Amino acid sequence: MTFSGGIHPVGDGKELSCHQAVRTAPLLEKYFVLLAENAGKPPVPVVKKGDKVKKYQLIARADGFVSANLHAPTSGEVGGIVEVPGPMGVPAAAVEIIADGEDAGEPPFEPLLNWESIDPEILKQRVIDAGLVGMGGASFPSHVKLSPPPGKEIDTLILNGAECEPYLTADHRLMFEKPEKVARGAAIFGRILGVRRPVIGVEINKGDAIEALERFEDRFGISVVPLLVRYPQGSEKQLINAVTKRAVRSGGLPMDAGCVVQNVGTAAALSDAVMKGIPLVERIVTVTGDVVFSPGNWKLKLGTPAIEAVKLAGGVTEEPGKLIFGGPMMGFAQKSFEVPVAKNTSGILLLPTGVSVNYEASGCIRCGRCVQGCPMNLMPCLLSTAIEADRFDLAYQNHVMDCMECGSCAYVCPDHRPLVQNIRRAKAELRK
Amino acid sequence: MDNTILLYAALLMGILGIVLGVIIAVFVKLFSVKSDPRVDLALELLPGANCGGCGKAGCADFAKVLAAGEVQPANCPVSSSEQIAAISLALGIDAGEVERMQAVVCCRSDIGEVRKMNYNGVQDCVAANMVAGGPDECRYGCLGLGTCARKCPFGAIEIIGQVAVVHRELCVGCGKCAAACPRGVIKLVPADSEYHIYCNSPEKGANKRHFCKAGCIGCRKCEKLCGSKFKLSGFLSQVNYADGAVVSGEEVRSIHCPVGCLLSVEERLEAAYNKVKGNKK
Repeated sequence: MTFSGGIHPVGDGKELSCHQAVRTAPLLEKYFVLLAENAGKPPVPVVKKGDKVKKYQLIARADGFVSANLHAPTSGEVGGIVEVPGPMGVPAAAVEIIADGEDAGEPPFEPLLNWESIDPEILKQRVIDAGLVGMGGASFPSHVKLSPPPGKEIDTLILNGAECEPYLTADHRLMFEKPEKVARGAAIFGRILGVRRPVIGVEINKGDAIEALERFEDRFGISVVPLLVRYPQGSEKQLINAVTKRAVRSGGLPMDAGCVVQNVGTAAALSDAVMKGIPLVERIVTVTGDVVFSPGNWKLKLGTPAIEAVKLAGGVTEEPGKLIFGGPMMGFAQKSFEVPVAKNTSGILLLPTGVSVNYEASGCIRCGRCVQGCPMNLMPCLLSTAIEADRFDLAYQNHVMDCMECGSCAYVCPDHRPLVQNIRRAKAELRK
Repeated sequence: MDNTILLYAALLMGILGIVLGVIIAVFVKLFSVKSDPRVDLALELLPGANCGGCGKAGCADFAKVLAAGEVQPANCPVSSSEQIAAISLALGIDAGEVERMQAVVCCRSDIGEVRKMNYNGVQDCVAANMVAGGPDECRYGCLGLGTCARKCPFGAIEIIGQVAVVHRELCVGCGKCAAACPRGVIKLVPADSEYHIYCNSPEKGANKRHFCKAGCIGCRKCEKLCGSKFKLSGFLSQVNYADGAVVSGEEVRSIHCPVGCLLSVEERLEAAYNKVKGNKK
């Protein structure tokens, strides 16, 4: 099963790290836990300089509904609220935690081992308490998606195990190594939403993960759906289309199609929060790239600077040309190796100098490849030319706001036109 | 020869013409749009730049409110004082008085010197500013990709080197550039003020000095010597335009800004040209 449009990046680089088991990173001296982890409002810090914190202790409280709690990844002393290079290219506030080396702390929540018979509201409260956010990339607070407004009927829960971004294998390893956690997380999400049979969508290039998950199908009442390999399968709307054949209306949310999509990483974190009573303080990160000495997957604590992750992977074989947080298609290039890992950092990617080529774009030749490649059925060539002429109204009429900036159009464009950047500009202009 | 057929044709066409003419005349009377001759007159006298500097959608819109007496001719920032006098004379209304403004690009640092990444995207400031906060180290300075220059209806902004400079004699203060600038580097200041502080970054002086030697370091020298004519916001000193402060040449010389941020419009333009010349050599 798959969706219409999309592309298939050649040489997806997954073989570099897909057979590397997840290893736990050794304890560092300092962690810089970013405050603006989640989409929406950043949480408010509840600790100050000099405070002693235990592992799992709350260090920042959610501010409002679209916000998420933040917990200490290890025990130690708070070094203050400092400014560090942020993942978006501008300095960001972070809580500095100087580790005491003990890494000690009690799970702050009571394990809910009988979750199958417990009130869904209590489970939902656990999602909020544990500070869960979408760990696929957008880091949208998970509980928001679990609170459909009255009148919106949710009948399908899809767990996103597509991991369509090249190079990334964090979700793959998680599903293969910890299928029980993922399946249980899916079932808990299903219980919260009242959905009977949650679906896990996995691309068929992860055959071992599909097999592993299938063993838990009956026990947790889930079903695994193999999907064809295609980018951007891991986008919510494309995944919904691939799994249910439904389409989310223009400008709508997955809820409008009766669906909720959660990442497999989030599901595993929920399983931990419910069964062990621990909040989200670490995640699996793929440290990979053609210049990394030994690419692999590591369980990193939040706030681990990128440089430490690269050191774990044995450093680099040559001068890297680009450092990217996330995958090569939708990830963000970083200017500093000091940028810390956040809840949504699925990969740390180092590419050689040769791959980031400067292209000189000329004019659109109207070949239409971008139209074929667009998973949202837009016409990027038309949008881009309209935007270059400052015709934002024309771009709006042609549904520029539906673009999710997956980059498929720019990937296939033979002229290397900056299609996505133009569209991003128009979206910013139109949001004013 | 039988001429009757010609006669019939001529008659038919003639009658048809008269009938249609009458119909048109009736409809013209019926559906006529009453237009104020004063509006047309005002529109004719207005510059027709449609810059929107008056706050209206364009000259036609401004002419309408002008004829209605809601605004005064001086609200048009583009017209010269003679043109304003002509409009007020033609419409028989008071010319009014409005403080003239002009745009100033409060940055004098070339982006090439303070770059943090190799930017090869869309050559537009708004687009560039969205990529990791812009390609330059300073998050407040001019990006130099010319979005303001393209927006200016009067061609008053020139990109010299990689930083925008306003030509004073062409700028009418319509404010289109200031609205287009994603970083708010362009400020509208009273046209009669001569000296400005060419920096827009409220960051700490020491941080700024890492990548930009041209920025205000917030030493307060200007504030100490001239008092309320300058005000500090963060680590950035600014001329206190709101209180009608005008800094004179003598004052500027006595301050002798240690980083050279405090410049007259002419000095800034000259410095920009000299820099480009120097680079070419």
